[in-house]
Amino acid sequence: MRYPNYAMSAIVIHNGRIIDPANGRDEIGDLVIVDGKIADQSAIRNQKSAIEEIDATELIVAPGLIDMHVHLREPGFGHKETIASGARAAATGGFTTVVCMPNTLPVADNPSTITWIKDRARDSARVNVLPAGAISKNLEGLELAPIASIVQSGVIAITDDGKCVQNHELMRRAVEYARMVGVPVLDHCQDYNLVGHGVVNEGEWSTLLGLSGWPAAGEEAMVMRNILLAELCDHHIHCQHISAAGSIRLIREARGRGVKISGEVCPHHVALTDAAIQNFDTNCKMNPPLRTQRDIDAIIEGIADGTLTILCSDHAPHAAFEKEVEFDQAPFGIVGLETELGLFIDILVHKRKAISINRLIEMFTLEPARLLKIEVGTLSIGANADITLIDPDLEWTVDASSFESLSRNTPFGGWKLKGRAARTIVGGETVWQL
Amino acid sequence: MTTRWNRKDLLGLRELSVDEINLVLDTADAFKQVGTREIKKVPALRGKTLVNFFVEPSTRTRTSFELAAFRLSADVINISAATSSLSKGETLKDTAKILEANHVDIIVLRHNSAGAPQFLAERLRSSVINAGDGAHEHPTQGLLDTYTIREKKKRIEGLHVAIIGDILFSRVARSNIFALTKLGARVTLVGPSTLVPRDFEKLGVTISYDIDKVLPTADVVNLLRIQHERQRKEYFPGVGEYIRLFGLTKERAKLLKPDCLIMHPGPINRGVEIDSELADGNQSVILDQVTNGLAVRMAVLYLCGGIAA
Repeated sequence: MRYPNYAMSAIVIHNGRIIDPANGRDEIGDLVIVDGKIADQSAIRNQKSAIEEIDATELIVAPGLIDMHVHLREPGFGHKETIASGARAAATGGFTTVVCMPNTLPVADNPSTITWIKDRARDSARVNVLPAGAISKNLEGLELAPIASIVQSGVIAITDDGKCVQNHELMRRAVEYARMVGVPVLDHCQDYNLVGHGVVNEGEWSTLLGLSGWPAAGEEAMVMRNILLAELCDHHIHCQHISAAGSIRLIREARGRGVKISGEVCPHHVALTDAAIQNFDTNCKMNPPLRTQRDIDAIIEGIADGTLTILCSDHAPHAAFEKEVEFDQAPFGIVGLETELGLFIDILVHKRKAISINRLIEMFTLEPARLLKIEVGTLSIGANADITLIDPDLEWTVDASSFESLSRNTPFGGWKLKGRAARTIVGGETVWQL
Repeated sequence: MTTRWNRKDLLGLRELSVDEINLVLDTADAFKQVGTREIKKVPALRGKTLVNFFVEPSTRTRTSFELAAFRLSADVINISAATSSLSKGETLKDTAKILEANHVDIIVLRHNSAGAPQFLAERLRSSVINAGDGAHEHPTQGLLDTYTIREKKKRIEGLHVAIIGDILFSRVARSNIFALTKLGARVTLVGPSTLVPRDFEKLGVTISYDIDKVLPTADVVNLLRIQHERQRKEYFPGVGEYIRLFGLTKERAKLLKPDCLIMHPGPINRGVEIDSELADGNQSVILDQVTNGLAVRMAVLYLCGGIAA
């Protein structure tokens, strides 16, 4: 595929619909890649022989998609996922950049672990892996992690994801400190007192099944806390995996006043309601839990009106033996990288017609790039040639047994979806194609 | 009786039809006779092996299942969490697979996690009988309560049954609600608002926080224990206030119709949910429940054991 002996390697992606929200571009045309960067047509005018041609007729040519919420499990849990396998899953899903959460073993709360992750990613991952670091030491919510040091080591955001800092004063200091070092704070919004040992949405199904309820208010209370602290500290807090209607109402109101608050959505929170747990399927156990149709409608409304700006997977691989236990004891989370683009295109663009494919691409590229201040998610001349080709109308069936991820914990096996990635290109190199 | 039993497992009463519930109750009628004979044993499950697998401790339910199995001539072993390899870190699935590899026909499972019996039933050829899973269901308790009401009142339809106490954490309440509403009883749940969440109304029952208004029209009161061991949070201010608001005291019992049945699934906290003398009084059918429990469990083992051939 590559032409290493030529002074210049060139690729032309022909005749695709180029959608590049960062440059307000939506047109049929050719995209030129030279030496791994997006280039102008003129760059290849005198080079006819060594040009790789990619036909993108009927396909969308988008900036490489970003998933800013994944768990790659290394170091510590290589039986669930490795950085290499997670990156393959990302490429298969159409993602060229992923942000990995710090709840590894050891926790990514120190420069050496961050450096280890970056080295591992450089050596084994075929997509860009950007680490997020911890807010608190060992994710315990008691003392601040060395935030400035881990930012210097290369983390692009801080979060205790999976956990939530309960002490508002500690959270306030973390946000103030993050402002100084210029990274956003991402928060998994969960009030431990309200949620207790909740494992499923508190409501009709928790009542019927006798499972401990996780009330929506347990999320909403922390979203409200984050709004107040974002205002107090004048710094950005991003609320992860929003699941409850009330959270969206709060974020909408705050954004209307210019508060630096944002929210993200995972596909399972718009694809399934809590009725999915009625047979105690642990692949429907995630945190926050699946909620009601009312919540789904509110999330979709929030996506449509721009309240919720980012789409992500919360890719959370677990081994089969870990999930195949009593519901109470099963770990939270599902894999998502290889199904999320299909689910979101199918639900948001085709079925609910909540947003255009252009906006969907923007929510996967420009929006996270802007939030995280990373130089990806654009097809600007000179940018790294991270590109996703998307067939928005391709009908396909989810087959968990063929996942690149080491884990299979998905409730979407057998689902028929419309829309998926066709090719994933990182730095000018095709890392996956259909 | 044209209804046939097609279930290898009994996981809950929510999924049973009216005919299936009646079939169990009618079958229990026949087995109840057996208990009054001099020779209390029938050969129905001779050659079958039953395991009482009690991950969560229980005396009364385990004993009842054990006796029921003996009277059906099954071979019985008992396993508790402490004596099983679960305490060594083995998963529930592996423990159960090992039981199955030993050709166990019926597994009676008591577990503190809702859904654990269904989890096993989906993975094993053996019959799985739910002997109580977390706060989910306790189907044989629901059946024996229903049986006892039917025996004493000769009907279920049109009766007013009050279930009083800790509903939220009660698998007994859920199984009773499913059986009684299917059979046409009117069910009222009574207890502190924190333990009787309004979501229960979606199950077709009425909720009341005023016991004195409910007692005069009740044909049956079923009192549930406050399950301290399940409660991880503060649900009410204390036992004293609970008794004041919801305890079935002698004074309150005067509001009951003279033929109202007083039931309790046990274990009883005397002087808390029920006055000690009332528990032993002439309206109490608490010991009938125990006796009927044996007959109902024989019926369930007989029906499911016959399917899992």
